Amino acid sequence: MINDSLKQLSAALAAKKISSRELTQSFLDRIAQLNPTFNAFITVDAEKSLAQADAADRRIAQGTAGPLTGIPIAQKDIFCAKTWRTTCGSKMLANFIAPYDAQVIEHFNAAGAVNLGKTNMDEFAMGSSNETSFFGAVKNPWDARAVPGGSSGGSAAAVAARLCAAATGTDTGGSIRQPAALTGITGIKPTYGVVSRYGMIAFASSLDQGGPMAKSAEDCALLLNTMAGFDVRDSTSLDRPVEDYTRDLAQPLAGLKIGLPKEYFAAGLAPDVAQAVQAAIAEYQKLGAQTVEISLPNTQLSIPVYYVLAPAEASSNLSRYDGVRYGYRAPEYHDLSDMYKKTRAQGFGAEVKRRILIGTYVLSAGYYDAYYLKAQKLRRLIAQDFTAAFKQCDVIMGPTSPTTAFNLGEKSDDPVSMYLSDIYTIAVNLAGLPGMSIPVGFGANGRPVGLQIVGNYFAEAKMLNVAHQYQLATDWHARMPTLP
Amino acid sequence: MEWETVIGLEIHAQLSTASKIFSGAATAYGAAPNTQACAVDIALPGVLPVMNKGAVERAVKFGLAIGARVNPESVFARKNYFYPDLPKGYQISQFELPIVEKGEIIIQVGDVEKVVGITRAHLEEDAGKSLHEDFHGKTGVDLNRASTPLLEIVSEPDMRGSDEAVAYAKTIHSLVQYLEICDGNMQEGSFRCDANVSVRPRGAEKFGTRCEIKNLNSFRFLERAIEYEVVRQIDILESGGSITQETRLYDSDKDETRAMRSKEEAFDYRYFPDPDLLPMKLSAEMIAEIKKTLPELPDAKRARYMQQFGLSRYDAGVLTATKAMAAYFEDVMKGMQSVGAANAKTAANWVMGDLAGVLKRDGLEITHSPVAADKLAGLVLRIADNTISNKIGKDVFEAMWAGEGDADAIIEKKGLKQITDSGAIEAIVDEVLAANPKSIEEFRAGKERALNALVGQVMKGSKGKANPQQVTDLLKKKLAE
Repeated sequence: MINDSLKQLSAALAAKKISSRELTQSFLDRIAQLNPTFNAFITVDAEKSLAQADAADRRIAQGTAGPLTGIPIAQKDIFCAKTWRTTCGSKMLANFIAPYDAQVIEHFNAAGAVNLGKTNMDEFAMGSSNETSFFGAVKNPWDARAVPGGSSGGSAAAVAARLCAAATGTDTGGSIRQPAALTGITGIKPTYGVVSRYGMIAFASSLDQGGPMAKSAEDCALLLNTMAGFDVRDSTSLDRPVEDYTRDLAQPLAGLKIGLPKEYFAAGLAPDVAQAVQAAIAEYQKLGAQTVEISLPNTQLSIPVYYVLAPAEASSNLSRYDGVRYGYRAPEYHDLSDMYKKTRAQGFGAEVKRRILIGTYVLSAGYYDAYYLKAQKLRRLIAQDFTAAFKQCDVIMGPTSPTTAFNLGEKSDDPVSMYLSDIYTIAVNLAGLPGMSIPVGFGANGRPVGLQIVGNYFAEAKMLNVAHQYQLATDWHARMPTLP
Repeated sequence: MEWETVIGLEIHAQLSTASKIFSGAATAYGAAPNTQACAVDIALPGVLPVMNKGAVERAVKFGLAIGARVNPESVFARKNYFYPDLPKGYQISQFELPIVEKGEIIIQVGDVEKVVGITRAHLEEDAGKSLHEDFHGKTGVDLNRASTPLLEIVSEPDMRGSDEAVAYAKTIHSLVQYLEICDGNMQEGSFRCDANVSVRPRGAEKFGTRCEIKNLNSFRFLERAIEYEVVRQIDILESGGSITQETRLYDSDKDETRAMRSKEEAFDYRYFPDPDLLPMKLSAEMIAEIKKTLPELPDAKRARYMQQFGLSRYDAGVLTATKAMAAYFEDVMKGMQSVGAANAKTAANWVMGDLAGVLKRDGLEITHSPVAADKLAGLVLRIADNTISNKIGKDVFEAMWAGEGDADAIIEKKGLKQITDSGAIEAIVDEVLAANPKSIEEFRAGKERALNALVGQVMKGSKGKANPQQVTDLLKKKLAE
């Protein structure tokens, strides 16, 4: 059951082979057993989850169930959910309970899905290893010595260890795709504006985008059907016709043109990752796809551009955590300025502080033009690289991450090396394009390798089709770690 | 040395939308603290600003009314600083690309008209309020005002004295009310000014170093603050000192300005475009639609009053100075339609004179006048048709003010109807002539003033009800016999 697809689970629920309560309970039991090892969840509340399961069972009995009714889904702890605390992985919000649901949560609730709990993440989604969480690092289910990637590491680990049927993530510079790759699952970051950011705690507003993380592309398509949708409460949300992201899953891939950016297969890419990715591309050729070498010449600029723009926005987005109205406040202080300083010094972790400092610096008088404005210009150039590339191909493929999962602590003291692990994913956020990662094998150390698929704007259905056809032909996505 | 004052004003007009600029919370004034602050206003995590279309429309109206450029694309920026009444840690404002740029407005100081340039007007949100009293040494925060829509109107440094600054502020104050984009209530902070003041030797081209005086919430304080500041700056310069660029606060109790923070201490606001709000695009069609909703503006109204009612430029200017007064006057004229525009001057005198006088005496707004416009029209009509004299009119007006009824009822009840029956007047005239042989003698000796005394006697004899012109004519006729 734990390895079943969403479609299979839904069918089992509809056929009354299992109730949502039983299904939810079985995942809760698994969480109780395995979460102490992997630390994938920050908050689990069996009572609340089971109450939702019971409601779903009633709906199933009434015959008004949808495809996700009764399915237990883990929510990244960045999505505000009424009555659940939402910590964003930070001491600052360790006891914060929002009086509203994120639009994503509203949609899942309306679909009758069960909130199975809130998953661990890098603090305020800042990190690529899940080691910056105030609630402790998450361990990779494939190898507990390894990181699961970040920032949606808790969701990735929860899906990989089959602690939930599926999960949600958010992706600012690769935070869905990189952990998906490092834990051998499938995840998609939609086109910027497809999933509402309302109630999703902001890191870098112009880059943040929510998306599904699941065992397969087909599951992701079903989840995206529920997550996507215009929202008047988010001015960057796109008012587009509702799409069925499963509609093209069955399309054959004959004639598909795959662009392979030469910059993504250059120095810095681990040989074992390159090998698995090449094998996946060979599989695509077998499925009838053609490949064409393309160039994304500004790839090397994406990390410096990102580490100007994202911290700039973050430094401002995180100003609201000042200890005045909610969240953590330092217990002792002697005046207002001291309260701000102590609250923020104690409430934020090192990586968050580093990015607030960088962001404050690049926005300062005298530096704004040289850093922020320059980065905005380069951001447009990076986007133009993709526009040009999509004249030659339907999708772009390459490695999601240059290496398989690294060990816990391996890069903690070297932020630049940590930042470089997002080299292939960041440009996609800067361009606002959709990107996904699917498992395509294992590296020399037995840790998963992910293939990144980048589509043109609003090409999610196409990308999911491309991923699904591969998953029909291979079984990497169905493999799961051997767990106690 | 002779000094010249240079003033530019920044006016914050609170836009009269029912809900806030970026949230659905109400903007009504005076609610219990923090009862009109929603998740967006409190800046809870994950919530986002959504532009209030009503605020945009109001800003466009203002831009159109001052002949400015309404930018087809404008950008919201974040102004970052920490303060407890600023929940997000930044204020959403417009910085590089405001919605309105390059307009102008005509002000009148005495008999002189002057054009004042308006550099820009931009949309922004207000902050909350920090309350320092009643919290036992702590500070309370009320976020009801947070995210209330403001239009910040920035003038060119075109004003050369406090009188011009006040005239400009009053003109803008009147305009925003004409446009119905701001209620103009200065006590409630709906309309407040910051003044940038500097002085320079007369004839100099370069501006002197300026000081910004913050939060002047009455025209009087604006005037006083500028006057104090000008004297302060001249004193410093004349004693060989130099002006430090700084922000100053006006203390109305002490009638002085004092330093708040210097340029060196000025914040680095780290402005950058707000990624939560895309650049705001206004189509030509939308702007054209809003243009259609513009009311008649003060200048056009004044010209019409001169043309339609034959009023002088001065009278028309006074009557159109505020939308409320103009509306009242027009209602009076409506009530006098039967006699046409011929008596417009009489009506104007009543509105500008007696009515304005008692309103001021009793501290009332014209919108709350105990004598409604149609009632005043009733009175003016009785003067116009000679039922009563202008002088008796004043008594009737006082009675109306005191709530004794409308003009006709009061005239009837008090028997104030003018005596036009020549027989009745002749009888009084004969009586007065018989009793005042000395005055007759003096008149015949060439003392014109003696006639006035006799007219006065007759009027007194008629208890003011005789028509003075009729009395004068009759007396002249009798004396010539």
